[in-house]
Amino acid sequence: MTCLDLSICLQHADFTMTVREVLPVSGVTAIFGPSGAGKTTLLRAIAGFDRAEGRIAFAGEVWQDAARFVPPHRRRIASVFQQPRLFTHLDVSGNLAYAARRSGQTDAVTAMAARFGVTPLMDRRIHGLSGGEAQRVALARALLTNPRLILMDEPLSALDHVGRTEILPYIESLRDEAKVPVIYVSHSLSEVTRLATNVLALASGRVLRFGLAGDVLSDPAAAAAFGAEETGCLISATVRGMTGDGLCELVFSGGTILTPERMGDSGDRVRLFVRARDVMLARHRPEGLSALNILPTRVISVATAGSASAEVRLDCSGTALSARITQRSAMALGLAPGVDCFAILKTVTLARD
Amino acid sequence: MTLPDLSALWLTLKLAAIVTALLLLFGTPLALWLARSRSRLRPVAEALTALPLVLPPTVLGFYLLLAFNPNAAFGRFWLELTGHTLTFSFTGLVLASLIYSLPFAVQPLQTAFSALGAAPGETAASLGASPLDAFLTVTLPLSLRGYLTAAVLTFAHTIGEFGVVLMVGGNIPGETRLISIAIYERVETLDYAAAHGLSALLLLFSFAILLGLYILNGRTRIGLRA
Repeated sequence: MTCLDLSICLQHADFTMTVREVLPVSGVTAIFGPSGAGKTTLLRAIAGFDRAEGRIAFAGEVWQDAARFVPPHRRRIASVFQQPRLFTHLDVSGNLAYAARRSGQTDAVTAMAARFGVTPLMDRRIHGLSGGEAQRVALARALLTNPRLILMDEPLSALDHVGRTEILPYIESLRDEAKVPVIYVSHSLSEVTRLATNVLALASGRVLRFGLAGDVLSDPAAAAAFGAEETGCLISATVRGMTGDGLCELVFSGGTILTPERMGDSGDRVRLFVRARDVMLARHRPEGLSALNILPTRVISVATAGSASAEVRLDCSGTALSARITQRSAMALGLAPGVDCFAILKTVTLARD
Repeated sequence: MTLPDLSALWLTLKLAAIVTALLLLFGTPLALWLARSRSRLRPVAEALTALPLVLPPTVLGFYLLLAFNPNAAFGRFWLELTGHTLTFSFTGLVLASLIYSLPFAVQPLQTAFSALGAAPGETAASLGASPLDAFLTVTLPLSLRGYLTAAVLTFAHTIGEFGVVLMVGGNIPGETRLISIAIYERVETLDYAAAHGLSALLLLFSFAILLGLYILNGRTRIGLRA
């Protein structure tokens, strides 16, 4: 497994970032946290654009320590930024050729252009491209550097909804081919849920938690990275199809979930995010309730979270769920590890924009 | 136009061309540093660069004359290095003009590099370009306007210099007798007709250059800051 070994400290006027972590990078590693958490700062240090104090090594090769500093152009890291940052004095093919010439991959330009659907744009000037088109060119250009690692700094945040849905599948395909690891900076829960294999939760320049996406997103200790109210659980499900009355039926290990919006075609694998505060609990199967999704679960643990709240971890036939309820309710229901109860899902977020 | 006037004109153009070329070359790293550096020395360097803008040319010329003197450290160093003195020589004029016209080259370049920002260079680096490669293939082509402004201003300003030339160059035909000096001499000898001709030439030339520059720059500023 390729590892990114970070042991760095960076100080700006009123901001200190300390990261000591060995990240096994495979698939998409999301650096997740609120704005001001230091996500971009960390990414720039990895890229070598800014010089942090400490040591950075990737796959056994030291990029930076007390004695040496490998400049950005020798790290073979591709960067995809918020803005596509295409060179405006070149056309689209010129931008792709710029990267390909320097990595000796000129033969690969045609195939790469086709893969990102930019073949019809090759002779276009940069100024005429839409946001989504430009970002696709930027992705193709980044891959033509034959990188060992791809850094993405909120590559969707400057795009509108159409642009985002245009780009996301390409990033997913990068992850699923798993040839080049991606480090993906984002403050969007839905992007992280949809894309991330691993998550590094960052807040105020500190690492709160690093681990598998599902573990980190459900961890109250990492909650500060996505706002205290936003913890929840990831559910991997498969779309079964549409019901006659316009609902989308999803199957997962713990049963079925119905959503009022179409989540994909039959057979599609999707990831759902269920926020802890959107889960209610009942000791008996409730009746006469408008909620569609009521799942049998068993309590794993009950922990206090904040002054009056409790975080209840649940096992739903192998899938983890968590619920945020009041401590008073937890007492009244007699919730304790091993107790059976029903989880009522108020809303389900499809992990997509 | 008389032969001596033509010779003065030719010498002036030669000086301006050499100074422009040298300043664009050596002004580039300085302008890049001024645009990117967060060093505490930067304001000092900026002030020094802008000094020739506000200093009376005679003051600058006076100090240069002292420095160029073969008895002074720099003048002696130059004499030992090349076997020639700098005072009252064309080489001395070039050196003096490099200092005199420095802000006219550096400031437009610095403005262009600042406006461009570090992003294109970083992007080029992320695509595998070394710093020199990135500069030549990305920063330079994207800053061409700044270079054009710098070149035109430096060239025109060097052509118009008088005070510094008079102090360090004097009035040696074919060596240091520039067109501005020639005009001065014509007026002193009350040859107003010849002075008119040369002056009108300089006036038209300066106006044409500025007009062209403003048309090319459109609504953007030339980028000079004193």
